[in-house]
Amino acid sequence: MSGPVRPVVNRDNAYFFEGTAKRELRIQKCNQCGVLRHPPGPACPDCGAFDRGFVVSAGQGTVFSYVVHHAPQVPGKQLPLVIALLDLDEGVRMVAEMTGPVEIGDRATVGWNVVDDDLTLPIWTKVDR
Amino acid sequence: MTGRTLSGKAAIAGIGATEFSKESGRSELQLSVEAVRHALADCGLTPADVDGLVTFTMDTSSEIAVARELGIPELRFFSRINYGGGAACATVQQAAMAVATGVADVVVAYRGFNERSGDRFGQVSSWAAAQVNTNGLDNAWTYPLGLSTPAATVAMQARRYMHEYGATSADFGAVAVADRRHAATNPAAFFYGKPITLEDHQASRMIADPLHLLDCCQESDGAVALVVVSAERAKDLAQRPAYIAAAAQGSGRDQFVMTSYYRDDIGIPEIGVVGRELWKQSGLTPADMPMAVLYDHFTPYVLMQLEELGFCGRGEAKDFVRDGAIEVGGRLPVNTHGGQLGEAYIHGMNGVAEGVRQIRGTSVNPVADAHHVLVTAGTGVPTSGLILSA
Repeated sequence: MSGPVRPVVNRDNAYFFEGTAKRELRIQKCNQCGVLRHPPGPACPDCGAFDRGFVVSAGQGTVFSYVVHHAPQVPGKQLPLVIALLDLDEGVRMVAEMTGPVEIGDRATVGWNVVDDDLTLPIWTKVDR
Repeated sequence: MTGRTLSGKAAIAGIGATEFSKESGRSELQLSVEAVRHALADCGLTPADVDGLVTFTMDTSSEIAVARELGIPELRFFSRINYGGGAACATVQQAAMAVATGVADVVVAYRGFNERSGDRFGQVSSWAAAQVNTNGLDNAWTYPLGLSTPAATVAMQARRYMHEYGATSADFGAVAVADRRHAATNPAAFFYGKPITLEDHQASRMIADPLHLLDCCQESDGAVALVVVSAERAKDLAQRPAYIAAAAQGSGRDQFVMTSYYRDDIGIPEIGVVGRELWKQSGLTPADMPMAVLYDHFTPYVLMQLEELGFCGRGEAKDFVRDGAIEVGGRLPVNTHGGQLGEAYIHGMNGVAEGVRQIRGTSVNPVADAHHVLVTAGTGVPTSGLILSA
């Protein structure tokens, strides 16, 4: 297998991958109460509404934790692979593939990994301060 | 036993297992059938006595297939528990509830797999991200980005835990050293006669930094089965009963499978849910436990369990495990069979069997006055636990 594992997409998460195709990092927003949520779902846990929208993230975040994956091989990835948990400035947390080493507290900015015509994934780079 | 409680109403009467290996040379169904036969023989029952079977959702051998091979005539109760290794103690809970209510009389919980020679859990399980269900959708946030092995998902939590509380890789290593010390004197363990030192742990290769190879459980072939009957019936069978003083399941707020990363504290509160119910149901406390069998797929989760279960305060497990405290002779021996790092990875069911052996007094690493044994199932996922009592 050459490419990465592909996501299962349905009507609850399609907005995210439709966003990455346009180089937009989208965060689900409740149109009723305005709360942001990631990962998304069809119902707002805060107010119960089924009225789901999104905002486009500024694509900046802070490393909450990270792992350096050495083994086994991962489809479509070069090892060692750095994967982080980022606290986005908008207030949600997201799993993030990184382009290089990071430490907790580092700042990161989003970029794009165009896998093929049907799939673009976010890939993040540490911001030097 | 008054009122609406499960406590004390059922017991594990029989235990059975195959050998634990890296290549069993036979089918997963055969392994499970062998283990069930051993467990029934252990307590003097036969397949004709069995009217209930419970296993993991992940098990590849259906209850009806096992019943056919064993010649069990009719089943009145069959059930499966989801969420990987989190199911281990819950299979016993299901069986206990069935026999306590009279829904069934003899229920066998089983788990059998070729998890080393067949589908290896340590590899990238791409199927998990292809499931057309909510678990598959959850994995859309991790697998495509390369976070796709159990070790890596736990390493993410371990790194933050180290950052928050000052725990080190060597603190995790204390678990590996204890497990392998206990396995070294257990002839059934894959690592029988092969203890390790903390230096061995530290020198082992990185799998998912901060996790070394020796922080990770084995991949194993084998099966374990447990026979559950009512407390009354257990008294008449061949072995000393291990009474089920408490049995609980637990899932935390904003729970995911191995990737519960979105709650403020990314620990393992699901086992805290289990622990609170176990203490309430049994009327016991951590101080009453002479030992514990704590699910050890990855060493950091043993430290985090000690905290969630109330054996020590948050962030204090690194001090708790020092100086052999979790080894035989220490203040809370853990995983006296060698755990899943040392004995075998049978999805936690071999840990339940060890709890039973300690209650019987037949463990190869006996703990004095082991009248109560706490056993937990896999964490990082919706999980379960048991307190077994003499």
